[in-house]
Amino acid sequence: MLEADKTIPGQDNVALIDLMSAIAETRDREAFARLFDHFAPRVKAYMRRLGAEPAAAEDLVQDVMLTVWRRAGQFDPTKAGVATWIFTIARNRRIDIIRHERRPAPDPNDPALVPNREPEADAAVEQNQHGTRLRSAVAELPEEQARLLELAYFEDKSHSVIAGELGLPLGTVKSRIRLAMDKLRIQLAELK
Amino acid sequence: MMPRFHAQDEHLMDYAAGSLAEPIAVLVATHLALCPACRARVEAFEAVGGALLEKLGTEAIDRSLRDSVLAKLDETDSECAPPPSVRKPAPIDLRVPEPLRGYLGGGLDTLAWKARGPVDEVRILREHAGVTSRLLRIKAGTPMPHHTHDGNELTLVLTGGFTDRGDHFLRGDVAAADSSVDHCPAADPGEDCYCFAVNDAPLRLTGPIGRLLNPFLRI
Ligand SMILES: [Zn+2]
Repeated sequence: MLEADKTIPGQDNVALIDLMSAIAETRDREAFARLFDHFAPRVKAYMRRLGAEPAAAEDLVQDVMLTVWRRAGQFDPTKAGVATWIFTIARNRRIDIIRHERRPAPDPNDPALVPNREPEADAAVEQNQHGTRLRSAVAELPEEQARLLELAYFEDKSHSVIAGELGLPLGTVKSRIRLAMDKLRIQLAELK
Repeated sequence: MMPRFHAQDEHLMDYAAGSLAEPIAVLVATHLALCPACRARVEAFEAVGGALLEKLGTEAIDRSLRDSVLAKLDETDSECAPPPSVRKPAPIDLRVPEPLRGYLGGGLDTLAWKARGPVDEVRILREHAGVTSRLLRIKAGTPMPHHTHDGNELTLVLTGGFTDRGDHFLRGDVAAADSSVDHCPAADPGEDCYCFAVNDAPLRLTGPIGRLLNPFLRI
């Protein structure tokens, strides 16, 4: 067994972005191995938390990490942090492989799509600062609020299912999650 | 023109987390195609997912799994950004954005509409965890029957518009109603109103004629 997580000190998104560009530009296997050592144990924990058996979780880890290798060229640091990008890949692969469903998403090439306004010039820098602040804000959330967010993200439970299981009215769950989001809100410039 | 009535945060977060039933996810994603503001919000909720993934903790990875992934790199080609999808020669129905369009198998005019009282409808996805979805066509200027529902109803406007309890909904807008709502949305005059509606429990018609129609609406 490997000791998990000693590779990327301080969750440094800049270091992770450097690994991603090395993978994308020079197919750097050493960079990929370091990215693997950081994220594979987290993706496995994510899948286990969502109920996958150990063997299925490992299959998904392999699938997700090879997808990262294949699509490294599509990673855009102006749009998302590395952890966020890998989170969306893990989420989509799980919906596909475990739930046997399609993940419906808008098609960016669809002529019916209403396009974004122009992105700002320093989007990458801003994205980076955001990510760092957001991670520390998430780390500092009070236990109960962090727990609700984890239920929403890691147990495949919609707000209404969480409400049912906790025996709380949906309105209460919504307002507690809203409270947690308010704490994160200053870090999320995009949020109104 | 940007929508005025948006998907709720609750649904945007569940969409970002990947926990929505597929029919609701289709409705949310189709709203996203028409709403850059909600797309930005989903990106923010995805960033929360990324931060939670960093915080989640780790599970040990077997050396053999690591070796096996690294051994597969050579046979795993890099994948460029997907090329703009090749459009079928038939003209696409721009009234229906993706991803909903992909579920229809044709334009709005080619579907097998069934008359349900004053409204025509087509069932779209198979029922999923009690969630049903339908396309609706409400004749211009026509009110829908008075109804209420046991659960929640989300309606995304595709063309035309309707008025419900004083609010006016147009293309891209999402109207939400729960079991406390007894309503009869009315389509604008001048243009048929096409909507995509998702219910997590059956409709109950409450008007005098509606009560007679009820047995026929349990599809
Ligand atoms: Zn919106």
